[in-house]
Amino acid sequence: MSLKTLARGALSVAALAGALLPVAVHAQAATEQFIPLLVYRTGQFAPLGMPWADGKQDYLKLINARDGGVNGVKLAFEECETAYDAAKGVECYERLKGKGGGASGFDTQSTGITFAVTDKAFVDKVVVETPGYGLSQSADGTVFEWNFPLLGTYWTAADVMLQDIAKKEKGSLKGKKIALVYHDSPYGKEPIPLLQKRAAAEGFEVVLYPVTPPGVEQKSTWLQIRQQRPDYVLFWSAGVMTPAGIREAQASGYPREKIYAIWWAGSDHDVKDIGAGAKGYNAITLHNSSAKDKVHDELKKFVYDKNQGTGPATGIGAIAHTRGMMISMLQVEAIRTAQEKFGKGKVMTPEQVRWGFENLNLTADRLKSLGFGEVMRPVQTSCANHMGTDWARIVQWDGAKWTLASDWYQSDKTHIDPLVKEYAAKYAKDKNLKPRSCG
Amino acid sequence: MFYRENGQFKASYRADLALFPVAQDRRAVLALALIAFVAVPWLASDYTFRAVLIPFLVLSLAALGLNVLVGYCGQISLGTGAFMAVGAYAAYNLQVRIEGMPLLLSLIGGGLAATVCGVLFGLPSLRIRGLYLAVATLAAQFFIDWFTNRVPWVTNNSSSGSVSVGTLQLFGLPLETPAQRYLLCLSLVVVCGILTKNLVRGAIGREWMAMRDMDVAAAVIGIRPVHAKLTAFAVSSFIVGVAGALWGFVHLGAWEPAAFGIDKSFQLLFMIIIGGLGSIVGSFFGAAFIVLLPLLLNHVPHWLGLPLSTAAASHLEHMIFGALIVFFLIVEPHGLARLWSTARQKLRLWPFPH
Repeated sequence: MSLKTLARGALSVAALAGALLPVAVHAQAATEQFIPLLVYRTGQFAPLGMPWADGKQDYLKLINARDGGVNGVKLAFEECETAYDAAKGVECYERLKGKGGGASGFDTQSTGITFAVTDKAFVDKVVVETPGYGLSQSADGTVFEWNFPLLGTYWTAADVMLQDIAKKEKGSLKGKKIALVYHDSPYGKEPIPLLQKRAAAEGFEVVLYPVTPPGVEQKSTWLQIRQQRPDYVLFWSAGVMTPAGIREAQASGYPREKIYAIWWAGSDHDVKDIGAGAKGYNAITLHNSSAKDKVHDELKKFVYDKNQGTGPATGIGAIAHTRGMMISMLQVEAIRTAQEKFGKGKVMTPEQVRWGFENLNLTADRLKSLGFGEVMRPVQTSCANHMGTDWARIVQWDGAKWTLASDWYQSDKTHIDPLVKEYAAKYAKDKNLKPRSCG
Repeated sequence: MFYRENGQFKASYRADLALFPVAQDRRAVLALALIAFVAVPWLASDYTFRAVLIPFLVLSLAALGLNVLVGYCGQISLGTGAFMAVGAYAAYNLQVRIEGMPLLLSLIGGGLAATVCGVLFGLPSLRIRGLYLAVATLAAQFFIDWFTNRVPWVTNNSSSGSVSVGTLQLFGLPLETPAQRYLLCLSLVVVCGILTKNLVRGAIGREWMAMRDMDVAAAVIGIRPVHAKLTAFAVSSFIVGVAGALWGFVHLGAWEPAAFGIDKSFQLLFMIIIGGLGSIVGSFFGAAFIVLLPLLLNHVPHWLGLPLSTAAASHLEHMIFGALIVFFLIVEPHGLARLWSTARQKLRLWPFPH
């Protein structure tokens, strides 16, 4: 190795060092509202992450193309790949939080990343929005000022599943055995406290089956299930774990009608390849994300027909894609709500957007004009209630498409509310936070 | 021309044994320390601290610890992630369970817990070596993974299995800004670096290296294998444990067991292989390579304004990174540290090599 090559190497190292340092210099005056998009298009959850990320971005493109932004303020966005890894997620968060005058809100797409950034969000004063996931106790807005688990949490989801099961069992779960097959991570463990609480109150048994991530190997789990014959299986899975689990259920002969999957395990890509083998598989939807409405047509007209689409056009209407659009819609509406208070046509600061999230009021009319009338029911948030209104339905895979299998459900708050209070209070105590009053 | 040691005479043993015998080295290191301690906290941005410098420092520390074991004592370990986890969870429990526990003591406590664990899992090294030992240390990884996932006590009965630390305080002062956190990491790295450097050039370091080069011969000349191997495990796990505690407390703030999975063990092993086995500075090079290069590759498409999709950029990053690893290992199998020392040798003669 000659000196020349060495010198060249040293130079490139110096260039590398020099290049990394000025990264954060981005203090230009903002004329666009910046929305960071944390996504995972690689890794174990990629099958779920791709349509979700496409949906999030597509809706922002639609707003820019159709309306020219929010009251004339264009939306700027940037994706950052997290691969569902907490350390990478933190890096993305740090990279994007101050961009373009301040990030409007982080949809981290991961419970683990949500845990990691929640503490930071208090200090940095940016919104963490976790529709349908994240920390269930963060619904308590008095403690979690910056977190918004909109539309539902894992506790409300588990509660609704139990309600649907109870309905099938003629009102009582007593003496039943309900299994939870879950991704062994904070994501999968989240529903456990609620299940245990309800099990103690209603006299059914909860059996836990953790599946080691990424969850491609589940043979032993489903063999155990065959042995122990639980009456129902709640399936907390995502990404590559879902089809693997359904296939094992099929192989071990566990009836798919007895499986209830969380929303992240109930999208088209999860069951399409299995087709008839997954017939009867139930999934809960966040509001009614299996429906199609005007927004899908407009997306096609304004974005996909002009070749501006993020993903393949066939992805429009897939549950995960629709859910991505819902999440972006909530973000955009929060910005719009904030603008109504702080000045239309202005770029909102993260704190103003937070106000918007806290004062969301999406009425049925409003949702209809947004093109989400079929997809969602009215949602209203408040200072104390950061979840808004949780609605859910059960959908069933009939071998070729999802069909509605239940009416609307709302979670039973008798068990959830005390649990939210208890866990939020514990968090506040651990962190020395003083809950604000929502008078 | 600039890197000549002509005329630097060593008049005492003390001078001959100095940490940096060459005056230019001394000055360069001092300047570097000055920049790191004084200039960087003023100049660097939030992002640079939190996403670049702090992870780099913490992983350098972990790599340094691993290098003691693998590079100096020749005991291949795949359990580094586990020892980091022990450090992190032990420090967390000390903080949570003892009211008013000083941060520094929890960090050291984390290190000590990792030491105990490391010595325990180091016992098989007395009978097995090489690749077989690597497999045995894998047991540590799997056991700790299981332990942190399954024993609720470890995570203070956290329902989700994820733990998070409260506000950090050092000597009564809150550690809030990234610059303060960076300085804490930097100080610990410097202290551990100096201690390790002195250990490896002292009697005990010679024992480790003798063990590494040929354990039978080492035993014949009177080195106790039990002592040499277990001290290496102890020192290494202590440093790794402290690094683990820093990773959890300072970098992540909240973490789940997956943060210290087998991936982390491999990552650290690759760091020291690429950086240079048996070299202190190699640990830093390796950490820089593994931590900074992917970040840089990730940023490049943005700077150039390439319209790459996120997924394509991410895949490309992996491919280029992989290719660079292969390239560097072919060019210099002994790691970046060897490149560095070759460069210094050449510099001594430059510009008149003959």
